[in-house]
Amino acid sequence: MTTTEIEPDETVDSRGATCPGPLMDLIGKIRNVDPGTVVALRSDAEQSKTDVPEWTEEAGNELLAVEERDDHTVFYVEKA
Amino acid sequence: MTDHVVILGGGTGGTVLANNLANRLGAEIDRGDVEVTLVNDDPDHVYKPVWLYVPFGQREPADGRRPLGDLVDDRIDIRIDRVTDIDTDAKRLEARESTNPIEYDYLVLATGSTLAPEEIPGLAEGGHNYYSEAGSEALREELLEFTEGHIVLSVVGTPHMCPAAPLEFVFMVDDWFRKRGLREDVDVTYTYPIQRVHGNPHIAEWAQPIMEERDIGVETFFNAEEVDPEAGTITSMEGTELDYDLLVDIPPHRGIDLVAEAGLGDRGWVDVDKHTLEATGAENVYALGDTADTGVPNAGSVAHYQAGVVGQRLASDIRGRPATATYDGKTLCFIETGMDAASFVEFDYENPPSPAPPSQKLHWSKLAYNEAYWLTARGLL
Repeated sequence: MTTTEIEPDETVDSRGATCPGPLMDLIGKIRNVDPGTVVALRSDAEQSKTDVPEWTEEAGNELLAVEERDDHTVFYVEKA
Repeated sequence: MTDHVVILGGGTGGTVLANNLANRLGAEIDRGDVEVTLVNDDPDHVYKPVWLYVPFGQREPADGRRPLGDLVDDRIDIRIDRVTDIDTDAKRLEARESTNPIEYDYLVLATGSTLAPEEIPGLAEGGHNYYSEAGSEALREELLEFTEGHIVLSVVGTPHMCPAAPLEFVFMVDDWFRKRGLREDVDVTYTYPIQRVHGNPHIAEWAQPIMEERDIGVETFFNAEEVDPEAGTITSMEGTELDYDLLVDIPPHRGIDLVAEAGLGDRGWVDVDKHTLEATGAENVYALGDTADTGVPNAGSVAHYQAGVVGQRLASDIRGRPATATYDGKTLCFIETGMDAASFVEFDYENPPSPAPPSQKLHWSKLAYNEAYWLTARGLL
């Protein structure tokens, strides 16, 4: 298990949701927060590992870190 | 002691379930051991798939309405009322027209989707949709007059009702203008929030080449942020701006606020076990159809199959037997690919969809099912 020291401002728990649910949950959260806010997305959907980096780059947000946990992945995204 | 089952919502899920329970538990209901109440805030049952055809002048919203009383078994108590509070600890509902609370032993939430265009600035004023009776009629007025310009169909909110319907609309609009000799003067662009044209990768892979063949423009990773009705533009969070002459949108969807207020889930979607459909936040509460957050499409077929599972589980529980029926994610959808051709998909949690080659037979099958649906609502098909 790897850990980061990032303290997110908001957390979205999408474990159990199938794609594109987790990415849409992240987009929905990012839509409603101020620039500079760090959102952590928890997902156990394999496709999030490609969906989330692609979208954050496309939207100009920053993917600060990806943390692998035992049964899910945490994506830390800072809104531009 | 009488077991009281209360079903909240008289759409496909609630209506099919009511008739399913009347069938399964008819003897118990007749003896007074079980009572089933269906609460809906409209005396009519509404079949929403009809709305796709309204903008093209092919159907009327009234074609999708029938009185609940004509569809639901006489053994079911139909109550036309609007529930204002759900208390899952006390197992009690408050309703606007009821002086006394409605007490339940089992509650089934089948309250469906509501539209929330107000979440995107300018969307309600600048966009049109075919996701309501009034919306489909207003879009018809625009579309029937439309002879040249740029139509943008933007999928703004997901999950939304009938995930195939945005694809169907652009395929139909392309064919409709083509057959009328106007397609060269009409540009069509389809936008989708993620990096492909549909949430399901197998359906996206099938649809994208058809869009290319038919000169339907595609903008992926397009999450609408704002609509400017004066300027005729829609702008995405990703920084893309599109000019439109007619904006057709799939607005953000929500469930009803009461679900979140009762602590059963976010945005009105009930957190459930996706196999048993039991709410995770309360005992003896089920959700089905759009209301149940299972990750499968918000589609009538899903509500129909889930109603059978919930009906079987409730009957088992009421009879003191272990409930063994589970939902396997089964979903069926016809997908119109033009004005006289359609595809068909069938899938579940384990098996992905594989769209059938489009044909006129499948188109007629879809139209035939839309008529036969009234048998489904009555629990006969």
